[in-house]
Amino acid sequence: MAAELHVALVAADREVWSGEATLVVARTTSGDIGVMPGHQPLLGVLESGPVTIRTSDGGTVVAAVHGGFISFADDKLSLLAEIAELSDEIDVQRAERALERAKSEADASAERRADVRLRAVSAR
Amino acid sequence: MGAQLRVYKRRIRSVTATKKITKAMEMIAASRVVKAQRKVAASTPYAQELTRAVTAVGTGSNTKHPLTTQAETVTRAAVLLLTSDRGLAGAFNSNAIKAAEQLTERLEREGKQVDTYIVGRRGVAHYNFRERRIADQWTGFTDEPAYGDAKKVAAPLIEAIEKETADGGVDELHIVYTEFVSMMTQTAVEARLLPLSLDEVAEKTATKGEILPLFDFEPSAEDVLDALLPRYVESRIYNALLQSAASKHAATRRAMKSATDNAGELINTLSRLANAARQAEITQEISEIVGGSAALADATAGSDK
Repeated sequence: MAAELHVALVAADREVWSGEATLVVARTTSGDIGVMPGHQPLLGVLESGPVTIRTSDGGTVVAAVHGGFISFADDKLSLLAEIAELSDEIDVQRAERALERAKSEADASAERRADVRLRAVSAR
Repeated sequence: MGAQLRVYKRRIRSVTATKKITKAMEMIAASRVVKAQRKVAASTPYAQELTRAVTAVGTGSNTKHPLTTQAETVTRAAVLLLTSDRGLAGAFNSNAIKAAEQLTERLEREGKQVDTYIVGRRGVAHYNFRERRIADQWTGFTDEPAYGDAKKVAAPLIEAIEKETADGGVDELHIVYTEFVSMMTQTAVEARLLPLSLDEVAEKTATKGEILPLFDFEPSAEDVLDALLPRYVESRIYNALLQSAASKHAATRRAMKSATDNAGELINTLSRLANAARQAEITQEISEIVGGSAALADATAGSDK
């Protein structure tokens, strides 16, 4: 049996990405967690951070996820996030500008969001 | 042109202008319904996955959470009413308001105090006019609600439900919105969001027969539930906002369609009247000429003698 899991990355207003993968790495509140096919059923709270999905055709998909949940059962994994963006969709310059602005305005949550975006791009 | 005919012509012109406007509004509403429906469809995967997760935690653990347990004595309930900012949508707003009033009456009969939260200028205006108290209100986004709007609405509601009843918190949260059944049918419905009844949730997602596996909770079932339930409420409110927007556009489309039809009918009737007036005018002119020439002929015949 080909060991792969079906991943659905879902944001509040759209499905961001879905497909087959061999490994998914995400950051939960208690640390990074890697899920491979056959993992024990899991339901966790995600931290803001990049999520790495290794697809079954050998590619890598990185997405910036701002809060949310990871749920895994029966080789089906769903990543739920209020806001999720694929790293290819992220506008680096805009994120950098947002980071600058957030730093100057001492807006902690905006700074974290911009930081997560940039980290997702650099992990690509 | 006679006075009568001029009046008819003027009325036909004015009704034609109105018809053009209502026709344009009908077409705009029609295109917005499609867009709103697409948004409802796009938000479904998130809502579904979230509901699955809530069901999983609810059934897979013995966690007691204030958002899932029924208070022994419910003293205060919150009602969230979704209306639209703009009218011209037939009975759309009055139906939703009526449903909310019935619900409020029922809750009050059960001895509960009701806090009303309203989305949409129409509902706010209705309550303000009757000088009823509104706990909180939001306007300006009902045509195209975004997820951020749903979060804004949900935040004070979640806060109210987490507060102790003695400090002004609420024990129940009801929502009244207009469900989009089809292009032709939209019904005002009420639903109890909190406390959550898990059977109902499971029924809705058709996960009833499915046996959920034993989940490993990260970091713990309580923490997961703590984080999950506010998101669940937000997503339900978001879904209700989207459905309400789609329903509003569908209702506008229908109302504008009948307005256009009526205008067309009115133009027909008025043109008939205008034609009759013109005919009458011509007939009168002819008889005047005939009468005049006859009188003239009589006069000449008389003078000849």
